[in-house]
Amino acid sequence: MSILRLLVGTRKGAWTITSDGERSVWRIEGPQHLGAVVSHYVADPRQPGVRMMSVGSGHLGPSVFISSDFGASWREATTPPAFSVEPDGVERSVDHVFWLTPGHVSEPDTWYAGTSPQGLFRSLDSGDTWQEVLGFNHHPDFFQWRGGDKDGTPDGPKLHSVIVDHSDKNHLLLGMSSGGIFESFDAGATWSALNSGVAMDFYPPKEDGSEYEFGHDPHCLIMHPLHANRLYHQNHCGLYALDRSAGTRWARIGDNMPREVGDIGFPIVVHPRDPDTIWVFPMDGSGQWPRTSPAGRPAVYCSRDGGASFLRQDKGFPTQQAWWTVKRQCMAVDGMDSLGVYLGTSNGQLWGSVDEGESWQPIAMDLPQIFSIEVEATP
Amino acid sequence: MIRVFLPSQLDDYTQGKRELSLELANGGSLADVIAALDNLYAGMAFRVVDEHGRIRRHIAMFVGEVMVRDLSVPVAPNDRVQIVGALSGG
Repeated sequence: MSILRLLVGTRKGAWTITSDGERSVWRIEGPQHLGAVVSHYVADPRQPGVRMMSVGSGHLGPSVFISSDFGASWREATTPPAFSVEPDGVERSVDHVFWLTPGHVSEPDTWYAGTSPQGLFRSLDSGDTWQEVLGFNHHPDFFQWRGGDKDGTPDGPKLHSVIVDHSDKNHLLLGMSSGGIFESFDAGATWSALNSGVAMDFYPPKEDGSEYEFGHDPHCLIMHPLHANRLYHQNHCGLYALDRSAGTRWARIGDNMPREVGDIGFPIVVHPRDPDTIWVFPMDGSGQWPRTSPAGRPAVYCSRDGGASFLRQDKGFPTQQAWWTVKRQCMAVDGMDSLGVYLGTSNGQLWGSVDEGESWQPIAMDLPQIFSIEVEATP
Repeated sequence: MIRVFLPSQLDDYTQGKRELSLELANGGSLADVIAALDNLYAGMAFRVVDEHGRIRRHIAMFVGEVMVRDLSVPVAPNDRVQIVGALSGG
């Protein structure tokens, strides 16, 4: 019987929550790195037992830790991600490593990291040493692409959603909050924006009626793990889908969400065997932007038709006065036959569904503020 | 000997040791003290000083009773150096 582990990064350390394929009983283990800010805690699907963790701190600088024994022991990167001096003399400093992505299956020692402030880094030695992807970080237009620090999240602008196309190891995509979505077809040497069709209503409209090419605020970008042409992203300005086989212009599928709920949120996940099935967790993006469950009634919304329609899924959740925030790394799916869907809240609650979102059960209720959830499955 | 006092935030590097003595040939700067500490406890320097040699925002360093923000500050053989986790966070 398989073993399923949820790797949970929080503002105060990391936890591992384990179950078997039945997913009826969960065992909570931890904390590890108690007190550290763990933005992302990721298993390597290429090498069972290998995990990587972004470790920050309220006081200390950022680092990355690696385990090769399912988290039993950890070693620190000898050269964590760090900026060199920019060509124009700007000296940026990595505040925290926000995102970690394993490389292509054909490159088992390669990892990517996204940082705050925005930077892209790559390790070719399983996370021990990290180098800048200079084609991105030192791109002549980089400081035009990204918004200023005022356009970042409250704890700093992020580079997130680093994706390595499973069908092409040289095809990379990423999101910048803010800055937009960018992609490279040559392993990071050159980049182009991929934001056509995406609203940017926090900027004034252009006088000539054209769209902004970059500067957008994608919150979370995903590519289907089997169908590389199928992309989705949850944006500050709505929910979008893109079928690359039909063009390069994003369609706002969030227009098909109930109007009273809206299409603002942070995370989005896709069914690993069905590119038309996605889940999102909408949050209130009106008025003061509370970023909490609309009307205090948390719900996941699922689409089975690529975003043409959405179904509310809230069975098991509180029905009132539950003002949840779910951050962009805080939804995950497990790949089991009856797909498990998981979400973690900023008030430390971890919920799971073993019936593809139809009903939800609490798994852990008293963790610190949850920053990320990833799934590690072993036979 | 330079006496160095370390904060609890660095316990993982020092195995809990909070105080030690260093000897720098012909004196040196605070940067030399940090480099010597990193030789003893690999990885520590980057946690308290950023990639451009700046003391991190929520770390304070004292030479004697004076809080300094610049690693070029000279450190004399009998000086007391203290690294402090700033009173921040929640």
